[in-house]
Amino acid sequence: MVLVLQLKDVTKRFGKHTAVDQLTLTIPEGEMFGFLGANGAGKTTTFRMILNLLENTEGEIFWHGKKITYAQSNEIGYLPEERGLYPKLTVKDQLVYLAKLRGMAKADSVKALKSWLERFNITEYENKKVEELSKGNQQKIQFISAVLHNPRLLILDEPFSGLDPVNVEMLKKAVIELKQSGTSIIFSSHRMEHVEELCRFLCIMKHGKPVVEGDLTEIKRSFRKKNITISADYDLSFLSETAGVVKYHQTQQGCKLQIASSEDAPVVWKLLTEKGFVTKFEVEEPTLNDIFIEKAGESYA
Amino acid sequence: MRKFWIVFSHTYLSRVKTKGYIISSAIFLLIICGVFYIPDIIERFTGESEEPVVAVIDETENQQLYEALSSGAEDYQPMLFDGNEDEAKQAVENEEYEGLLVLNQSEQNLPQAVFYGMQLTNSTSDDMEAQLQQIKVAQAASQAGVDEAAMQDIYAPVSFERQSLDEEAKTEEELAGSYGLVYILVFALYISVITYGMMIATDITNEKSSRVMEILISSSSPVSQMFAKILAIGMMGLTQLALIAVAVYVMVQIRGQELSGGFFDFIGIANASPVTLTFALIFFILGYFLYAIICAGLGSVVSRMEDVQQLVSPIIFLVMGAFFLAMYGLNAPDSTIIVVASYIPFFTPMIMFLRIGMLGVPSWEIALSIAILIATILLISWISAKVYRGGVLMYGKGGSFNQLKEALKLSGNIKNKSK
Repeated sequence: MVLVLQLKDVTKRFGKHTAVDQLTLTIPEGEMFGFLGANGAGKTTTFRMILNLLENTEGEIFWHGKKITYAQSNEIGYLPEERGLYPKLTVKDQLVYLAKLRGMAKADSVKALKSWLERFNITEYENKKVEELSKGNQQKIQFISAVLHNPRLLILDEPFSGLDPVNVEMLKKAVIELKQSGTSIIFSSHRMEHVEELCRFLCIMKHGKPVVEGDLTEIKRSFRKKNITISADYDLSFLSETAGVVKYHQTQQGCKLQIASSEDAPVVWKLLTEKGFVTKFEVEEPTLNDIFIEKAGESYA
Repeated sequence: MRKFWIVFSHTYLSRVKTKGYIISSAIFLLIICGVFYIPDIIERFTGESEEPVVAVIDETENQQLYEALSSGAEDYQPMLFDGNEDEAKQAVENEEYEGLLVLNQSEQNLPQAVFYGMQLTNSTSDDMEAQLQQIKVAQAASQAGVDEAAMQDIYAPVSFERQSLDEEAKTEEELAGSYGLVYILVFALYISVITYGMMIATDITNEKSSRVMEILISSSSPVSQMFAKILAIGMMGLTQLALIAVAVYVMVQIRGQELSGGFFDFIGIANASPVTLTFALIFFILGYFLYAIICAGLGSVVSRMEDVQQLVSPIIFLVMGAFFLAMYGLNAPDSTIIVVASYIPFFTPMIMFLRIGMLGVPSWEIALSIAILIATILLISWISAKVYRGGVLMYGKGGSFNQLKEALKLSGNIKNKSK
């Protein structure tokens, strides 16, 4: 496995406050890496260090085994969480200028931007000012600005927020294709279902430190807690008192349980069969959402 | 370095293409062409208007004062009024006359007069007063027994010629010529520094408030972007100046012959020395850089347009201070305060230029002031670059000077690579 980006014991302090603490990460080539964490966990600071905007206090960042500098900026694409474009410039002028700043020749960038606009069905906006576009279309332009110069590493911070489901699918497809064509992607989002769908590797940050890191299937397997969905036509609230049940959540059809480990499932099953018939009883792997809430903080949903 | 030129050409071209720039350049050019036709325009207006008529009631013997007055009247026309004072005043109120002049003889047998007009801000009455004064002097002199020839000797101006021993001092003609030129160039510098300085500060704040800054600085180094911007907007200013200079040159070629004298001698365009013009350009460029670099640093720490004004205003006051000092210095270019101020880098561009334009300044003094100015520019560049690197990442509220400190602190956290 080729490693595009490596962070070794990277620490970032602002005065007394430690924003990122001894972070070690490896981003493999052609994979999508989920970078999660509650607000203020140090994600943006990490991105800024990778992008050379901030100097890390300790540790080192390597690009293909060499220390990263501004020279690599042509190979990196960045979609910041705070979207930003020149409101008064036209879509074309804007994208050409930003691509030039990433070292792309003008003719190439014009060709590439036309194909991207076509792909997102917004060719008619090529010569419109950005401020005249809808928010969703501005977001597409922002996405194009991050990928136009064919970066080898793409940093996406909340790329799908504020988009309708049709556009989310459109952008998701584009992201998957980029990944298949060999682009390494760091993906940050609060939408766990997107991360689960797209990323093979991930890392959850808490107070500047990674609390969970690795292959998503491994992480899920090693997480002992499981979920049970039960549908029955009698009152199930007695289950909340049962040993081994961590969480009880009432639903229309019955309830959802979180149990401490898979050994607790037969206990619940036994209790239920004593009570009566159940229409549904399903033991499930934990969702990423469960893992995130558990690891990154209780108050976070 | 390639990215530096990309930012430079983008900033320059997008500025030059704006409507505001094209319109303001067009207005400047129109004004310049207009100025060269001012004498024609004035002539047209004055040629058609009639001289004001003043009613005169002369109570002296044989109306001798009226005779004396009307024989030498310029720019107004005295006319004897047939009637008493009240009727004459009524006629003035009916706007039949510009005013009423009542003349009589004093006890010493000298002329005295009362003028009645609708308004007292009337240049005609000044003309009449001056004329009466002359008549009075002549009468008083002849009463005292002084003859006409002696009078002329008394009134002939003394022969007085100024010759400077300092070889670098300006001759009288040069001084008269440079007064207007210095005035205009100091004013141009003042306007340019304020407009272009503000432009840079708002440009940078704009990129911050639209959040495009984060993308820009992730593609190329913030410091090279800052200087590319300063250079681009400076170039834009020079483009405008060059346009104006060409217009002036062309107009002088076309109209120069017809316009010698008067207003144009005052401006001193006809005999502006190339040395003065070269120094004008040098001080314009240095002055621009000094203030533009400060404005760039300040613009980087605020994130909202409303805050730019607040943070930049002390700089504006500094420029205004320099300007008013220069206005004072035009009349006293060798006063101590002007000499001292010409070495203070924030004032040097205007004040030293003023001294060069108005006096002969030894070249070592000029060299020293320019050296101080350049050293200050380098120092401020270094500080501004530091502030800028930290400032562009800050999204705080308000435009206080604490932001500057914050930016400097943050800048210490930022990579020190320039390319």
